[in-house]
Amino acid sequence: MNSSSVHADKLGADGVAPAQQKAAPNDERVRKEGALKRFLGRPEFASLAGAILVFIVFGFAAGDSGMFNLDGVVNWMQVAAYLGLISIGACVLMIAGEFDLSIGSMIGFAGMMVAIPTVYFHWPFWLAVLFAFAGSMALGWLNGYLVVKTRLPSFIVTLAFMFILRGLTLALSIMFANRTIVSGVGDLAANDWLGSWLFTGNLGSGLFHWMANHGWIATMANGQPLVAGIPKVIAWWLVLALGASFVLARTQFGNWIFAVGGDANAAKNVGVPVKRVKISLFVFTAFCACLFAVLQVADVGSAAADRGLQKEFEAIIAAVIGGALLTGGYGSVIGACFGALIFGVVQIGITYTNLNSDWFRVFLGVMLLVAVLFNNYVRRRVTEAR
Amino acid sequence: MQRIRCKGLARVLMVTALAMSFGAMNATYAANEKFVLISHAPDSDSWWNTIKNAIKQAGEDFNVTVDYRNPPNGDLADMSRLIEQAAARHYDGVIASIADFSVLKKAMENVTAKKIPLVTINSGTQQQSEELGAIMHVGQPEYDAGKGAGEKAKAAGIKSFLCVNHYATNPSSFERCRGFAEAIGVDYKKSTLDAGQDPTGIESKVSAYLRNNPGTQAVLALGPDSASPSLRALQKMGLKGKMWFATFDLSEEVAKGIKDGSVQFAIDQQPYLQGYIPVAVLAIMTQNKTTDVATIQAKLKANPKFQARLAEYGLAPLYGPRHISSGPGYITKDNLDKVLKYAGQYR
Repeated sequence: MNSSSVHADKLGADGVAPAQQKAAPNDERVRKEGALKRFLGRPEFASLAGAILVFIVFGFAAGDSGMFNLDGVVNWMQVAAYLGLISIGACVLMIAGEFDLSIGSMIGFAGMMVAIPTVYFHWPFWLAVLFAFAGSMALGWLNGYLVVKTRLPSFIVTLAFMFILRGLTLALSIMFANRTIVSGVGDLAANDWLGSWLFTGNLGSGLFHWMANHGWIATMANGQPLVAGIPKVIAWWLVLALGASFVLARTQFGNWIFAVGGDANAAKNVGVPVKRVKISLFVFTAFCACLFAVLQVADVGSAAADRGLQKEFEAIIAAVIGGALLTGGYGSVIGACFGALIFGVVQIGITYTNLNSDWFRVFLGVMLLVAVLFNNYVRRRVTEAR
Repeated sequence: MQRIRCKGLARVLMVTALAMSFGAMNATYAANEKFVLISHAPDSDSWWNTIKNAIKQAGEDFNVTVDYRNPPNGDLADMSRLIEQAAARHYDGVIASIADFSVLKKAMENVTAKKIPLVTINSGTQQQSEELGAIMHVGQPEYDAGKGAGEKAKAAGIKSFLCVNHYATNPSSFERCRGFAEAIGVDYKKSTLDAGQDPTGIESKVSAYLRNNPGTQAVLALGPDSASPSLRALQKMGLKGKMWFATFDLSEEVAKGIKDGSVQFAIDQQPYLQGYIPVAVLAIMTQNKTTDVATIQAKLKANPKFQARLAEYGLAPLYGPRHISSGPGYITKDNLDKVLKYAGQYR
């Protein structure tokens, strides 16, 4: 994107999001595009194709191993859903041209903010959850504020926070609890109104019981269904993905995000509140990390100082596979979700084949390269020098 | 030009990725049973290498395939997903460490609910193992290990001791001290020192304690991290080699101490057995279609291949009525060379 006054005018007129361009009927500046070409040009195309490819590969390699049974599907969907939550946050932030490396440390820190007050100060679970959300969003705001104020690359600022938060998690958990893993939150969460409503247990357990009674799904020896329902993290993932996609595609704020990432100066010149947009996206990313942490603590019943290690890179990889550009201004939440799905399927899928799981990271690296090259190639072919 | 080259490269990468995935498909074995061992160790943890080697050899001896799985970053939440995955894959048997009972309970119940035999290893207690519905636990019960060492000390005429605890944040560490104290008949609370993690701090705390309690006859360190500073403290007080000293686990410095006589012995939990025995137990169970622990143990003891491995690496398991303990084993002057020869591989 070249910043020029002409460009800024265009940007002011109709934004940069391609979805927003309403063509006047006889405007010679607007090209007619075929539907297929438009589909191929969408940022999420590569990750969608990749997801289909991965499913085909594992369908052959692990089709009869139980990977595609109900309990197998729920298992890898959970892995994908957890990663999906934070990759949505990482993706919208990357579209705005910024980066957050503190996501993983934030997960550990937020988990402790839930667990320590609940177990050691005897707060009700719902209060601890609100405290954790408030705390991590405040930290997200601080991240954003520092990036905007100091003009330092967000890479540096959030790299610092990656260490600060990981260190704080360890130090504070030793200080308050004298241990690095705080357990005993599970029952407290399940018996809490907010916890049981939003974070623990499964959705549709009635339906699953009914299906089990009809013998449609596998049951345990006592007649209970093997899979008690859809874990809430999967529902959260869908809600968050749809919400973020809607904001990006259909709202003014979504246009601002694309504008800020495409060319912050030009955006500022046409009146987009660049600083506010960036800071609020850092807050949103912290919110995603905290949501991940709360769901995980409610699920496994404990917080630990090493939770979320390296998850920031996994989130960024998922977003990049999903078509987001490191330089900002381009990307798609749906793509990032497919990236997370590929991630979950491959990570768990490898354990269904007889391949040693030591190879998982090799796969991941190769996949990342292939996805980015493929993305670039398709984009160049379809958009013809945007 | 640019575009064509990129196309070629992309194509090469695509082919590579596909070839890799097809390679994964063709790597099927013609084994009878498939088991999986799930540890809590991150990729960087070298201690589990011994266990990886052990499951490989047990697989050869009993003609079964054993997969090794671990959470790459040592995250227990990831570990519980791996256990769920093992349940979904219909393995013939699952082996897992009880890294944290409350975190893994739900996932392990998935395994037992599907009637897949489960053996627990390494960390965790025998009670927890039984509560999870596992067949048995193969590990080193902390209290028993301390008690075993204490009985050896008692035989040497020890009546008082200091327990140097460098990881007091873990409640099970005190079990080691308690076992030793009860074996020689003293109160463990008076003899236990919460030494902290810092080597300098450990050294000064140990010398302070020994000055305040000059009648102390023995020192028990709970690991190499507290053994080295404690030995330094003894050396500076001129007590090294004169005072009875034992430690948990081996390090180079401890090995040197065993050689020169300043360390009586190191208590070894024999990780090889934590890998080998569960595989052997599951194989015997499925191949003989029995769930009776006594029968399984008898068959295991009678197995010539297993006995050959024990003799080769100088290992000795302890058989209980239900559970088999991998430790305590003792590393003394007599077997030190053998241990060092196989250290990190089979010991």
